Amino acid sequence: MSETQQPLLSVRNVKVHFQVASGESVLPWTAKKTLKAVDGISFDLYPGETLGVVGESGCGKSTLSRAILNLIPATDGEIVWMGKDLRKGGSRDWHRVRRDIQMIFQDPLASLDPRMTVAQIIAEPLRTHRPELGNKEVMARVRQMMRRVGLTEQQINRYPHEFSGGQCQRIGIARALILEPKLIICDEPVSALDVSIQAQIINLLKELQREMGLALIFIAHDLAVVKHISDRILVMYLGREMELANKRALYDTPTHPYTQALLSAIPFPDPARERSKTIQLLSGDLPSPINPPSGCVFRTRCPRAEARCAEELPKLHAVSGDTQCSCLLT
Amino acid sequence: MFSKAKRQEMAQNLGGTLEAAVVEGRSPWKDARIRFKRNRAAVISLVLLALIGLLVVVGPWLLPNTFDDQDWSAGQPYGPTMAGWHLFGTDDQMRDLLVRVLMGGRITFLVGIVGSFVAVVIGVSWGAIAGFMGGKVDALMMRFVDVMYALPFMLFAILLMTFFGRDLFQMFIALGLLSWLDMARIVRGQTLSLKSKEFIEAAHAIGVSRLSIIFRHIVPNLLGVVVVYATVTIPNVILTESVLSFLGLGVQEPMTSWGVLVENGAQHMDVAVWMLLFPAAFLMVTLYCANYVGDGLRDALDPKDR
Repeated sequence: MSETQQPLLSVRNVKVHFQVASGESVLPWTAKKTLKAVDGISFDLYPGETLGVVGESGCGKSTLSRAILNLIPATDGEIVWMGKDLRKGGSRDWHRVRRDIQMIFQDPLASLDPRMTVAQIIAEPLRTHRPELGNKEVMARVRQMMRRVGLTEQQINRYPHEFSGGQCQRIGIARALILEPKLIICDEPVSALDVSIQAQIINLLKELQREMGLALIFIAHDLAVVKHISDRILVMYLGREMELANKRALYDTPTHPYTQALLSAIPFPDPARERSKTIQLLSGDLPSPINPPSGCVFRTRCPRAEARCAEELPKLHAVSGDTQCSCLLT
Repeated sequence: MFSKAKRQEMAQNLGGTLEAAVVEGRSPWKDARIRFKRNRAAVISLVLLALIGLLVVVGPWLLPNTFDDQDWSAGQPYGPTMAGWHLFGTDDQMRDLLVRVLMGGRITFLVGIVGSFVAVVIGVSWGAIAGFMGGKVDALMMRFVDVMYALPFMLFAILLMTFFGRDLFQMFIALGLLSWLDMARIVRGQTLSLKSKEFIEAAHAIGVSRLSIIFRHIVPNLLGVVVVYATVTIPNVILTESVLSFLGLGVQEPMTSWGVLVENGAQHMDVAVWMLLFPAAFLMVTLYCANYVGDGLRDALDPKDR
């Protein structure tokens, strides 16, 4: 993360807004309402780095990841991949970028076509982006990649439904890696798996990252998992950034009240400490992203909210070192 | 027991075969085949259908009589008899009924298969495109289907027949036009649910083109439903053809179909009951078998929906 290095991916003030029909009426001429799923996110990602993205359900983590790949088009902002703004480019630019950015999905089985064999699934990116490769070369690479993610070659003609969840996720990882991409977006890759399998998959990802120099964007709601794998962590709430900091700084000295509340909820594996800790409970529910609170979106549940939080729009600003925080009070 | 060298050799052989053996996966199709084979009613129906099909195709060539030759040797219609190979007897115009039933079967089978094929081709492309494109295209295409539904089919068929003359080809068109509507709706619904699946999103993320996604991922996953629905469509089309023929709008004399034969037999059932019984039996067995095969396929292809 040295300052001299050029970022691989720069996301600048990206917004994803959806037009939704308002609840009271379904008539076509009633005014549509805007759902702000992602509302002004910015971050840089450097080669070989892992950025963890955490936040509760519905905070826009997954939408953000899909906006980076243009699966859900961003409505505003810049997505700069290796110095080139992709939102200004055409579909050909996106197609080229999809060689370099791959994705791993939450539900391992659902993300594999049930009517294809493992070989066909893993080979699909190669056949799409490298049509010049012969069948023999493709199969050789598929076998090599299967070995690398811990599958045996005998399973090459099997179908996804014949595998366990962990194995399916390995197939998904093999598919993502076969083009030797520079960035992999992991959308909650382990939350559908058993805890013991989670560890295997995470360690596999870390190992492959080290070998291949991959950058990862790792989305999760499990803070322990994110801590294990990330270099830097982005905390999101209701489509906005709350805090962006190095892992160590974030876990040791959380700056934003929301981060503090999140971290206080992590259970300790030690009963004595677990009993004596104080959980900073947040009152109330997540506000609707159709009608978010004015000013700081977190103020309705913030234990430290003041009058000015409702008026001023907080911006992400440097607090100390690499830590950036969007609280008005810091 | 074995010597040490022998044992080592055996272990090596075993290791070799273990490593060499690439496990052949059980595809969803293979699973379905296994489940279908366990369904006795469906298998028997399939065999019966194949037998009837074979008989209908080969029979008229092997039998000495033809479907339009009249046999006046008795001076009146034969009942079922061995005389002159009139196994099913002859009809009111002294024509051999067995050959007529088999020839009628050819038409009926042809109508069933071609009619369903037209329905499958139009229905699948219409439904898959509407479902995958979504939005205004989808709305427009499906409203067209609704309009077609609202037209009374019989009126439509009668108009077509009177305008362009009664001709086998016209009937295929009329029958196809009737049955693709259901197919389009079913395929569209299925496409909508497939479209939101994660593996389609994964294909988008990989950068697969939209056309490839439709043909590589969506259509193969639709085929189960389409196969099932096509087998249900065949008896429907056959039945509709029979109704049209019964009304006198179907095939032209002396050519015949099972619908025409049943209609003709019904007119003479008080004096020559065999003229009704034989074609009706063939029609009934075929329809039952097609329905059983359709049921068997449905159970085999999506066991969850049972």
